[in-house]
Amino acid sequence: MAKVDAIIGWRNLAIGCAVTEPGSSRNLRTGDWRSQRPVTDREKCIKCGMCWIYCPDMAYSPLRSGYFKWDGNYCKGCGICAHECPKGAITMIMEED
Amino acid sequence: MMDAALSNFKGYTPKSLPRVEPLAQGHRACQGCGEILALRMALKAIGDNMIVASATGCMEIVTSSYPQSAWNVPWIHVAFENAAAVASGIEAGRKALMRKGRIPNKRTTIVAMAGDGGTADIGLQALSGALERGHDFVYICLDNEAYMNTGVQRSSSTPYGAMTTTSPPGQLSIGQSTWKKNMPAIAVAHEIPYVATGSPAYYTDLMNKAKKAALVKGPAYLHLYSPCPTGWRLAPELAVEISRLAVQTNIFPLYEVVDGQYILNKKIRKPKPVEEYFKLQGRFRHLDKKTVQQIQERVNRQYEALVRKAASAEIEEEPTEEAAT
Amino acid sequence: MPERVGIEVSLAASEAVCAADADVIAAYPITPQTHIVEHLSELVADGKLDAEFVPVESEHSAMSVCIGSSAAGARTFTATSSQGLALMHELLFIAPALRTPIVMTVANRALSGPISIWNDHSDIMAERDVGWIQTFAENGQEVFDLIIHAFRVAEDPEVLLPIMVNLDGFTLSHVIEPIEMLSLEEVARYLKPYKPQMVLDPRHPITMGPVGVPEVYTEARQQIESVLCKSKKVITKAWTEFAKIYGRRYKPIETYRTRGAEVLLMTMGSVSETAMTAVDAMREKGIPVGLMRFRLWRPFPLEEFRRAVKGVKVLAVMDRAISYGAQGGPVCTEVRSALFGESDPPQVFGFVAGLGGRDITTDMFKEMVAKAMGYAKKGKGPLYEMIGVRER
Repeated sequence: MAKVDAIIGWRNLAIGCAVTEPGSSRNLRTGDWRSQRPVTDREKCIKCGMCWIYCPDMAYSPLRSGYFKWDGNYCKGCGICAHECPKGAITMIMEED
Repeated sequence: MMDAALSNFKGYTPKSLPRVEPLAQGHRACQGCGEILALRMALKAIGDNMIVASATGCMEIVTSSYPQSAWNVPWIHVAFENAAAVASGIEAGRKALMRKGRIPNKRTTIVAMAGDGGTADIGLQALSGALERGHDFVYICLDNEAYMNTGVQRSSSTPYGAMTTTSPPGQLSIGQSTWKKNMPAIAVAHEIPYVATGSPAYYTDLMNKAKKAALVKGPAYLHLYSPCPTGWRLAPELAVEISRLAVQTNIFPLYEVVDGQYILNKKIRKPKPVEEYFKLQGRFRHLDKKTVQQIQERVNRQYEALVRKAASAEIEEEPTEEAAT
Repeated sequence: MPERVGIEVSLAASEAVCAADADVIAAYPITPQTHIVEHLSELVADGKLDAEFVPVESEHSAMSVCIGSSAAGARTFTATSSQGLALMHELLFIAPALRTPIVMTVANRALSGPISIWNDHSDIMAERDVGWIQTFAENGQEVFDLIIHAFRVAEDPEVLLPIMVNLDGFTLSHVIEPIEMLSLEEVARYLKPYKPQMVLDPRHPITMGPVGVPEVYTEARQQIESVLCKSKKVITKAWTEFAKIYGRRYKPIETYRTRGAEVLLMTMGSVSETAMTAVDAMREKGIPVGLMRFRLWRPFPLEEFRRAVKGVKVLAVMDRAISYGAQGGPVCTEVRSALFGESDPPQVFGFVAGLGGRDITTDMFKEMVAKAMGYAKKGKGPLYEMIGVRER
C-alpha cells in the first residue's frame, strides 16, 4: 500500500490524513543515502556509548554485551561517531557501490 | 517556591541513560543534523508518555512526510506560529477530560516544539500567551539560528555577523546586523517555574534538564543549541564538537533558571576564544578581526552578567562527559 | 412544558454551550461576540459549566487551542466575528482537514476596511471554501437550537467536521428574545458524549497533520469534500430528530408564503424576519411574492434549493456582502451557479444591501421586488445593484 510511496486511494486514507502506524519512517532506508560508513574496532572499543548517544539517526543500539550494534539501514555516514569516539575505535570508510 | 519535583530530583548519569526512543529511525534529516540529535536526547529523557505539538520547520518536515512518520508518540502539526497554542489546547482538553472522568487521571507530558523562527519570531505571541496562562507543558525551542528549512534565511536568533541568505555579507553588510534575541530571558520574564539552556554535546546535562522540565508543574522552557551543518557550512561530523565549543567559548552558556533564580551549570574557568568557534563554520568565514573582537567583548560581558545573576551558592563543575573508566 | 425566558440572545448561546456540556472554551473578545464569551466564563467560574476556559491572546491562538483540544478528544467551542474570523483564516482550512469537530458561533460583523463593528455577512462570506459546515440562525431560539444541533452533527462519526453557526452581530446577538432553553438533562436526550475516532493519546500514538506530499494531497482534499457533501444527510436527519424530541423543525432551505409565488425574495439571517413582514405587505397588494432563506449554507443544499425554486419566474437575491469585481454578491453568484443546467430556471437579479450595519427596511425589500419584476418583464437587468448607496 502506502508504506514507502504515498500512493493511496482517498477512500483508504485515514481520517484527517493521519499516519496511524507509529514510527513508519522505518520503512524508509535512509542508509541508502550515505557515501561512507563507520567501522568499529572492537579491540579499541571501551563500551562508553558515545556513538550510540551522539548518533542523530539512532543507527546504533545497545547490545547486552555492552557493545553497540550498527544498523546500516539508517546510517547516513555523517561521521559524528568516528569523530567523537574517545578511543579512535571508529573509522569512516568509503561505501562500496 | 521551588517545585517539589526539582528539590527531590534524581537525574540520569552517563551510565544510566534512558533507552526509550520516542523518535524512530528513517527520518529525513540531513547527515549530521545537530537539531534532531538535540531533539532525540530531550525526547528520550522525557519518555514515551507524552504528546507532542510541533510547529512547521525542519523537524516537522523531516519526521512527518506522508506516509512516513518518525514519531512513536502522539504528534500533531497544525501551523507555523502556534505550537504553544496547540499544546495549550491539548493540555486544557485533557485536563477537562480527566476531571470529568472520561480519560484515566494520569499525567502525560505535553510538549510544544518549534525552531528559533517558530519561537522567537512568528511564534512569540503564542508562546507568551501559553507561558502567561501557566499551562502544564514543556516548550522546546530547537535553535539552529536561522530559518533553515526554507533555505537558511535569518531569524531574530541568528547571531551577529552570521551569513544567511537574507543577511548576506556584502559591500554594505557584515552579515546579520543585529544581536541574537535572548529568548531564555524572555521566558524568564514570564516568571515560569523552569527555564534552561542545553547543548547536545553535554547530553547528561541536556537530558536531566528535559526530565526536570517534564516533571515541573506548569510551563517549562528549554532552549536547545542545534547545530546545522547544512546552514552553517559546517562539516557534518563536527556537529557535536561545535556544540561543545559553543559552551567552551561562553557563546552558549549552560544554565537553568528555577523560579527566577539563575544557576550556572558549567562555569568555564578558561573560555576558548570565539575564533575557534568561528573558524569551523563557513557562515562566519567573512568576519574581519574588528567584528570578531566586537563579538568577543560582547560574549565576555554577557557571560559576566550571567555569572552575577547566578546563585551565590557554591556550584560544582559537573564531571566531564568524556568517556572515562 | 419547558419555560420560555426573556434573555439576550448572546447569553442564550452561552447557555446552549453549557447545556451541551462543552469541555473546553477558548476565545478572544471581539465586538459583538463578547457577551457570549463573558457569560461562558461566568458559567465556568460559578461551576455551572465544568469546562476549561482558556483566555487566549488572539483569535489565531483561539482556533489553535480549539484544534489542539479537539484533537485531544474534548468537546470544544469558540466564538468570534469579523477581524477575528479573518485572523483565524489559515486555521479554518486546517480544522476540517484534521477532522476536528469544533463548534464556533460567528456573530456576523462587517470586515474592515473601513473598520466597522456593525452587522453584515462579509466575514462569513469570506470563508465559504474552508470546509466547515455553515448554518444561519434568524432568531434567538434558532441560535440556541442550532448550537445543540451543531455539536451533534460535528461529532457524528460519519462527519467529524467543524461547524460555524452564524447569528447577526448586534441585530440578533444583542437583542432580548423569549427563548426556551433546554437543560443539561434535556439536551442529553439528543446529544451523547463525544467519542473521538482519531485522537491524540499516548495509549495509541498517531501522527496528525503530516506533510501532504503531491501524491496524497488531492486524496486528502477529496476526503474532506466527500465528507462535507455527505454530511447533509446527517444534518437533516439530526434536524428531524430534534423536531421529534423538542418539537421545533429546521430545514436546509426555509420558505415563507412560497405557494403560488412567481417572485422569490432570497435572504439569510435575521433580516429574513423583516423580509417576511415585507412579503406580507406585498401579498396584501396582490404581488405574488414569497421568501426563501438558506438555513444550511455549507454544504450547499442543491436539491432543496432547486426544488424550492421550481416553477418560480424571478429570484431577487439579497446579499449582505460584496464580492469585489465579480458578477454579484456571493450568494447571488452561487445561486446562479446552482441553477446552471436547469431547464427553465428563474431569472436571477442580485441586490447588495445592509452593508456595515446599514438598516434594511421593508420598503427596500419592496423596491428589490419591484425592480426584479421590472427587469424580468424586459428580459434583462443588471447582474446586481447596490440598494441604498448614496451617489453624491
